[in-house]
Amino acid sequence: MELANLYQSINLIIPEIVLSIALIVLVIADLIFHTNKKIIPFIAGTGILVTAIFVINQFNYIGFAFSTATHTARSFGMLAVDSFGVFFKLIVIVSSFIIVLLSLASDEIQKTTDRIGEYYALIYGMILGMFFMITATDLILIYLSLELLSLSSYVLAGFTKLRDRNSEASLKYLLYGAVSSGLMLFGISLVYGLTGSTNLYIINTLIQNPHINLFTLSFATILIFAGIGYKISSAPFHFWTPDVYEGAPITITAFLSVASKAAGFALLIRFVKTVFVSYETNEGFWSLIEVFDWQSILVVISILTMTLGNFSALWQNNLKRMLAYSSIAHAGYMLLGLVVLSNQGLIAILIYFMIYLLMNLGAFLVVMLIANKINSEEIDDYNGLGFTSPLLSVSLAIFLISLTGLPPTAGFIGKLYLFIALVDAKMIAVAIIALLNSVVSLYYYVRVLKHMYLVKATASTPSIIPSTSNAILLLVLVVPVLIFGVYFQPLVEFAKDCIVILGI
Amino acid sequence: MEQNLLLTYLLFTPIIGSVLVLFIKQEQKNLIRWFGVLIASVAFVISLIVYFNFDASKSEFQFIHQIVWIQSLNVSYYIGVDGISLLLVLLTTFLTPLTLLSTWSSIENNLKMFTFSILFLEAGMLGVFLSLDIFLFYVFWEAMLIPMYFIIGIWGGERRIYASIKFFIFTMAGSLLMLVAIIWLAVYASQLTGKFTTNLIELYKIAPTITQQIQGWMFGAFFLSFAIKVPLFPLHTWLPDAHVEAPTAGSVILAGVLLKMGTYGLVRYCLPLFPQSAVQFAPLISVLAVIGIIYGALVSMVQTDMKKLVAYSSVSHLGFVVLGTFAMTIESVQGAVIQMVNHGLSTGALFLLVGVIYERTHRRDIAYYGGIAKIVPVYSTALLIASLSSIGLPGLNGFIGEFLILLGSFKSQVLDNWWYTVFAASGVIFAAVYLLWMYQRIVFGVVKNPDLKNHLTDFNKRELIVLIPIFVFIVWIGIYPSTFLNLTEAASQSILNHVSSFTFDFLK
Repeated sequence: MELANLYQSINLIIPEIVLSIALIVLVIADLIFHTNKKIIPFIAGTGILVTAIFVINQFNYIGFAFSTATHTARSFGMLAVDSFGVFFKLIVIVSSFIIVLLSLASDEIQKTTDRIGEYYALIYGMILGMFFMITATDLILIYLSLELLSLSSYVLAGFTKLRDRNSEASLKYLLYGAVSSGLMLFGISLVYGLTGSTNLYIINTLIQNPHINLFTLSFATILIFAGIGYKISSAPFHFWTPDVYEGAPITITAFLSVASKAAGFALLIRFVKTVFVSYETNEGFWSLIEVFDWQSILVVISILTMTLGNFSALWQNNLKRMLAYSSIAHAGYMLLGLVVLSNQGLIAILIYFMIYLLMNLGAFLVVMLIANKINSEEIDDYNGLGFTSPLLSVSLAIFLISLTGLPPTAGFIGKLYLFIALVDAKMIAVAIIALLNSVVSLYYYVRVLKHMYLVKATASTPSIIPSTSNAILLLVLVVPVLIFGVYFQPLVEFAKDCIVILGI
Repeated sequence: MEQNLLLTYLLFTPIIGSVLVLFIKQEQKNLIRWFGVLIASVAFVISLIVYFNFDASKSEFQFIHQIVWIQSLNVSYYIGVDGISLLLVLLTTFLTPLTLLSTWSSIENNLKMFTFSILFLEAGMLGVFLSLDIFLFYVFWEAMLIPMYFIIGIWGGERRIYASIKFFIFTMAGSLLMLVAIIWLAVYASQLTGKFTTNLIELYKIAPTITQQIQGWMFGAFFLSFAIKVPLFPLHTWLPDAHVEAPTAGSVILAGVLLKMGTYGLVRYCLPLFPQSAVQFAPLISVLAVIGIIYGALVSMVQTDMKKLVAYSSVSHLGFVVLGTFAMTIESVQGAVIQMVNHGLSTGALFLLVGVIYERTHRRDIAYYGGIAKIVPVYSTALLIASLSSIGLPGLNGFIGEFLILLGSFKSQVLDNWWYTVFAASGVIFAAVYLLWMYQRIVFGVVKNPDLKNHLTDFNKRELIVLIPIFVFIVWIGIYPSTFLNLTEAASQSILNHVSSFTFDFLK
């Protein structure tokens, strides 16, 4: 590798470098301030903010870092820095920052102050893993970043050790993770065997060769999808999700449901787009290489995912677990944006993710604040809360209505763009299945409203008033959900600017 | 295009009012009540100003206000009224302050949220009637589900939770189908003209060019959504539950205005957007409407609960509206529009009257009452007028609407069969049976329950203030309907002209 290339590559991974430095600072600070650990969250938060600045700055850069191979006059690297990747990095970094704030407000996490340094260091590990996952264009790097993310999350899922379910969550997560990453690694090795390369771009050109062994390639692709599907918790790799989400500390649940899912989606989209798409039509549709019918597979997976998620959520009595199933369903909706294989669909996914971040983190925040007080996430314990704790209940109601996708909340806009993409691609039947799913989801979201508002408050119903800082955080999440429901032009413009995926 | 802000003031008065109400302290109950009534009255006054400045001779939309809302989708905030929507806007702004007044003493807990919900609901309903952009329409259409859910769910009767969720799921299932159809239309427009559009006036020109088969599906999606709202037989099952469990104010709003959103949607969207399909399916839909008329009436007859009886009578009355709409003659469409108002007034009055005695005795079963004419003579008279108006006695409002619908459907070229009229007319007779029978059982005879003498008292002043305006209009429409028919004539004619311009190969 030439020196000039190395220098340029380093320029392209500044956010990752900053993040690593912050991680080291965090670990050292944890050693120095071992008597007073109050400073640790602030270091963690600052590190994230600084990283965020460099991430935003990356909109000006574009290119490949760490060239490994050259192919017809152009060289491809291990990493692709493009606006698509920067967008997802932003999603990850924003949600990480909110998670740090959430951790400060969480009783669960505050009870483990002596180990708080590890907690944030592991979160940093997750962020770093996600960052590489989002930009990786080489199968080896994809695998490594996936493992970095997974290993950090396994530990965090069982971090608090306050409940039996903690360890159960951690172990289940590990077992499922080990299997799926094993499958993925096997798939990667098959692809390498077929093509002799691990670079996505080179694989793209090589699999256009008509003599390629179709069966092996399809098999390998499905195996690789097992690894990615596990991260975005799509059917049939979603089984870990409810148990882990219910058992893990709520901050980690929220983080997994938004950031980890975002990184998984970024990887999936980049993988499909760079490996299996030969060109873009003028209307912005992606033309697939005819070796593997991703479209039908994705349609089936997407419908399965949302239907399973929604129908399982119907029977849940634990709100955290219900939100876990609902997040599976939302993964299904978002997959629809990929199913249509068009820029329109990609825009829809990006819009959806921005909104999903707000409403899902918001819902988890309310659940956490309520759990802090009543030490329960059972829906039955929410009876009458609407009358005694107005701010929290109204916010939760807005988040849930938004998750259902009713106007005038932002969730409606997310769904609207997905439907537009589907109709644009003439997939009306799929759109109708998706909207029937929305009706199903209405039932379980409204069930929470029912317990909060339609069941009368009794004398024992607690009155929960969040602290000022928590109330502000809550408003920061609620207000955009309402505003973007009415005025969503900026979201759309931003998403349109972020669909550049570096390709051939 | 000339801009006129009047309708925007009208639309935003209840929205701003509903937000302001939240800042009043929960303990100041009277202030909340007065404020709610004040805001609703201001909206009524604004709608009157609109009415007096409205030129009924023109068929196009007036008081138009358009602002670009979402550039990328070419969606605009685009509102305006024609005669049909103006009449329904007036109905909405007229009934809302009255319902707030009617709940003065019956709603005590969470009054603030109740007032908020009613005002927010009013804004949603006005938005539905005023929107000239189909996307804007959809937003309002869905947005009013949530306040209604709470109104039924929080302040309703025993089975309120079941009823409110049933209401929510039924209506949302229907409207989501409409959403897909709306998106499909907009995408179709973009393929045809190169521009994504949700502008209703433009879609009026574009949508009828869709091929027959697809138009059928689009029509179906819109129609299903509206038919659930109306509700048309056999999609009516949510209505009795919602009505019976809702508090009086909820029932009045539900019967008075909310159901009209469905029938309004049929007139405003289903007919002009998909004229060929509307003509094609008109006989089928009319059969359902007639079945609804008779079925609703027969089921009303056997009810033992007053509120349920009135609820089922709504199914019957709204069957007339649907029949009138799809008969597609100028008489029947005008009759349908006037019948929407009539039903709002007379059923609204009936629900209010049931609410009045329910508030005193907490009983709604007909068998409990009897002989109350001697105890509450004024009340009995009012109940008689409301019942007769609902039956369709000449001289009162119900007669005008039903007569026009029957006349129009008899002449209808689209239906081309007078059996519809014959069967529908039997509904009028049944109405007389079930309402007068109820009246007889409640009002005449001997006083069966000594309790009644202790609990039942005649109207107080507030109740009179609520009811008198409604009765004024019941008589006004009955005696001099031209005031209202003139208003809607041009608009109805224009819709029918639009339909027939696309369908004359259907209408030989």
